Amino acid sequence: MDQFLQHIINALSLGSIYALIALGYTMVFGVLQLINFAHGEIYMLGAFAGMYAIRWLRLEEHPGIGSLLIALLAAMAASAAAGFVIERLAYRPLRKSPRINLLITAVGVSLFLQYTGQLVFGSDPQFFPTGILELEGYNWSYGDLVIEPMQIVALVLAIILMVVLQYIIFKTRLGRAMRAVSFNHDLASLMGIPTNRIISATFMLGSALAGAAGVLVGLIYPKIEPLMGTMPGLKAFVAAVLGGIGNVTGAVLGAFTLGMAEEFLVGYWVPTYRDALAFGILILILLFKPSGLLGVHRAEKV
Amino acid sequence: MANPEIGSAIGSAAESVVLSIKDASVHYGMVQALHGVSFDVPRGKIVTLVGANGAGKTTMLRAISGLVKVTRGSIEHRGTVISNIQPHEIVRRRICQSPEGRGIFLNLTVEENLDLGAWAAPDKSAYKANLELGFDMFPRLKERRRQNAGTLSGGEQQMLAIARALMGQPEILLLDEPSLGLAPQIIEKIFEIIQQINRGGMTILLVEQNALQALKIADHGVVLETGRIALQGPSKDLLASDEVRKAYLGE
Repeated sequence: MDQFLQHIINALSLGSIYALIALGYTMVFGVLQLINFAHGEIYMLGAFAGMYAIRWLRLEEHPGIGSLLIALLAAMAASAAAGFVIERLAYRPLRKSPRINLLITAVGVSLFLQYTGQLVFGSDPQFFPTGILELEGYNWSYGDLVIEPMQIVALVLAIILMVVLQYIIFKTRLGRAMRAVSFNHDLASLMGIPTNRIISATFMLGSALAGAAGVLVGLIYPKIEPLMGTMPGLKAFVAAVLGGIGNVTGAVLGAFTLGMAEEFLVGYWVPTYRDALAFGILILILLFKPSGLLGVHRAEKV
Repeated sequence: MANPEIGSAIGSAAESVVLSIKDASVHYGMVQALHGVSFDVPRGKIVTLVGANGAGKTTMLRAISGLVKVTRGSIEHRGTVISNIQPHEIVRRRICQSPEGRGIFLNLTVEENLDLGAWAAPDKSAYKANLELGFDMFPRLKERRRQNAGTLSGGEQQMLAIARALMGQPEILLLDEPSLGLAPQIIEKIFEIIQQINRGGMTILLVEQNALQALKIADHGVVLETGRIALQGPSKDLLASDEVRKAYLGE
């Protein structure tokens, strides 16, 4: 029983990280029908931005939730800026090109960021300064069940961010415009909505969430390196497809489903297949339900 | 087509012209959709653009709204060339379109659709009054304000598209095929509403395949044929012309 609960907690914390990254994939897909394969690198940049913010601002000298939030905001701002620049320089000039060109460009941007990252940050893993929160002595354990406080902090912050995102998308003017643009660019522009600006905002919002995920992962698995974005990026992509790409709720659902599936596979069956599972799921979904669990429902236009 | 003008030219010096299309051509890649189209939309009038499927009517409206580029000639709004500016800037000039196929956001609620219509409206304080006006005009929309627009019937969707365009506080309203796919009594109702809006002083450019009905409520008619203007003039002259009745009104 303890072991079961342990897996649930691990799965939730893993799922929430996947969800933060998957949301960016699905939002960008929503407005541009583009799989932004550089999204994993935006997450990586967030982790590094968080680390540098902590170092430069000496946040470890004042550990606490305030310092963590500062690091989180710095990472989100840096990732949002990266998302903005990438869209502006790499994707916007190709807006009217065939979609395959955009896809190849996205892969190119991803590789560019990975190797530029190695050049700038070095290719050796660096230690993420987890001392920003003083959680020694806060380890809760009941029998075999161990609750890592970092996991709980990350889970709570991730959920808060997702709630904020839901609010933005469904309750604000910007969110309405984003949904309008994702329905149809021309139609949105007929409302007077500056579609390019909304697309930029969507990139920035999705990237900020990935940046936050970078910091939260840094806190739980405190080794970061420039290639760290590849696997979580691909898995979050699978989560987004699993939930129904383009659907915000679906991305969260897909991410938690994938988190659970991975955790239980590893815990009860064959740990070595952890990474294979996500891609197995991807293949099955594409074969049997390509629209995903909550596929974008779009009534035909008359 | 030696003399395409019937009666007096539209937009004589006495009338103020809101929108002026000057020798406008539009190309889709290698295909030319409009060939040097010229006509005026005078203030407070209903001008209708009629013609068969593929005649270029929708292309004309898309060009006015900035969704397609005018490759030759120009479009002027009160003397300012607008054929080179972004669609959202054209809406800000209070040129609002209810697009073809109703073009509503099926993924949003009725109220959210109306709200987006007011995105670029110059006077934010008029929002509530405009909303009530729209609901008075189309009470069904009020009943269904919280419903997803995708659940509305065809007629209701058309009403929503018109009400939404009015939320932008237009100086000129562009309507693309408001009668498309609707039952006759609903069409009747829509045309009544269009006239009612016009009586309030609104300038309207109405695109219709249903030429007879459109000409009946319009002041001026422009007949398009494969991207060229075949005829234009006061609609009562067009309706009276045997040539028009035979060729375009199916008589």
